[in-house]
Amino acid sequence: MTRWVLPLLLGLVVLAFWEALVADHQIPRFVLPAPSAIGQALVADFGSLMDSLGYTVRITLLALAAALVSGVVLAIGFAMSRTLELALFPYAVVLQVTPVIAIAPLVLIWVGIDHVERALLIIAWLVAFFPILANMTLGLKSVDRGLVDLFRLYGASRWQRFRRLELPAALPYLLAGTKISGGLALIGAVVAEFVAGSGGSTGLAWRILEAGNRLQTEKMFAALILLAGLGIAIFYALTFLEWLLLHRWHESAVRRR
Amino acid sequence: MTGASLLAVSGLGHAFNGGERVLSDVSFTLGRGEVVSLLGPSGCGKSTVLRLVAGLMDARSGSIVWDGDRPELGFVFQDATLMPWATALDNVALPLRLKGAARAQADRAAADALERVGLADRGDAYPRELSGGMRMRVSIARALIVRPRVLLMDEPFAALDEITRFRLNDDLLALTASEGWSVLFVTHSVYEAVYLSDRVLVMGRMPGRIVSEHAIDLAKPRGAALRAEPGYAGHCRGISTALAATMEAGP
Repeated sequence: MTRWVLPLLLGLVVLAFWEALVADHQIPRFVLPAPSAIGQALVADFGSLMDSLGYTVRITLLALAAALVSGVVLAIGFAMSRTLELALFPYAVVLQVTPVIAIAPLVLIWVGIDHVERALLIIAWLVAFFPILANMTLGLKSVDRGLVDLFRLYGASRWQRFRRLELPAALPYLLAGTKISGGLALIGAVVAEFVAGSGGSTGLAWRILEAGNRLQTEKMFAALILLAGLGIAIFYALTFLEWLLLHRWHESAVRRR
Repeated sequence: MTGASLLAVSGLGHAFNGGERVLSDVSFTLGRGEVVSLLGPSGCGKSTVLRLVAGLMDARSGSIVWDGDRPELGFVFQDATLMPWATALDNVALPLRLKGAARAQADRAAADALERVGLADRGDAYPRELSGGMRMRVSIARALIVRPRVLLMDEPFAALDEITRFRLNDDLLALTASEGWSVLFVTHSVYEAVYLSDRVLVMGRMPGRIVSEHAIDLAKPRGAALRAEPGYAGHCRGISTALAATMEAGP
């Protein structure tokens, strides 16, 4: 109970203080809008903001799904072939360490002129891909050697070993990677929308840009609230998924008394 | 209880990739229905012998010859080595599922095996929900499900408290008698080796080799009362002396 009530109370106090501060000092709306003004903007622009939210959600989830599929497939390849890992892993690292904001303009030129959505997706995928690849690879390599021996002793095929041993053993690692990638996919989508500007993207980041250009600061805040809410929703959805899949058996998800 | 020889290990030698010799000229036999313990200090290659016999490693030299085709083996590892994501029932059913048995058939056999180790009501439990002793019973049930003729056990009770260990020793003796297993048992406990075995092979190290062999002529079935008998104490004393001599002689 205290876990929820305390932060909620603190939030209400901060909002009340903020409202009073803006009113007392007559701070211009374009510098710092009052929480009530932000609420009004949220209601007034609800339709367009929801459309933008839907757009950003779609890009984020598609990028996360693509990162999940590609990360898992490549990690399986790495686990099965040391040569493949040696050949490709450095490039995966290069993609990870190069700031996406620096790569984004290139992607937009190559892909985004005709298909801006495709470019946004690629940029968000680039950011989300690596944690899944790295964690899944680690998970596949962290299988209990005793269990590997056991599977050998009972004549398990390669497929049986993968399906019944390596995949479940790697699941906690994969879910941890996915939780990181969920947040990163959203960041990637937002960065991509910023870089794309008004070139056809209509997501929440674009709404922020558009509102900023028009000095509609309360609308910027409204879009920001939705973005933060989306980030929180993704995090908790993935945390719930992790709990659902691991709570019976994995130490990380077992609730302590 | 020693029957005709089921397994003959002769001149077994092994070295790790770095060239370090871990085994040298290890020779012994395992009779049908016989329990043989490999006893020795840490690092003397006891587990390596077991892994070589199981076919999990290839020997550099020597031979491992079975009387006829290699029989079905059951292997019990040092820790229970259970899949944490699977229930006790699924863990026990694993060997049969890997061999292509239908789920229902494997589950029936697993339930039966769990019953035989006294865990009939814990089939739905995950390993983390079981005590150390229970986990080891699940591991034994898993070895049991393939109806092995030979059981290879690698210090299976080393991590357990003494009461649980004694109880599992008795369970193992009872199961061995009823199932007719031949058992190759690795341990570093003299008392456990004497209690369980028909023969004890004492190993020295650097490289690992068999330095003495001790026939345990204590009557079977054995029970807790045996631990207080002079004959048992005499065997323990004799083997302890042999073991101490190998440790003094070692590097």
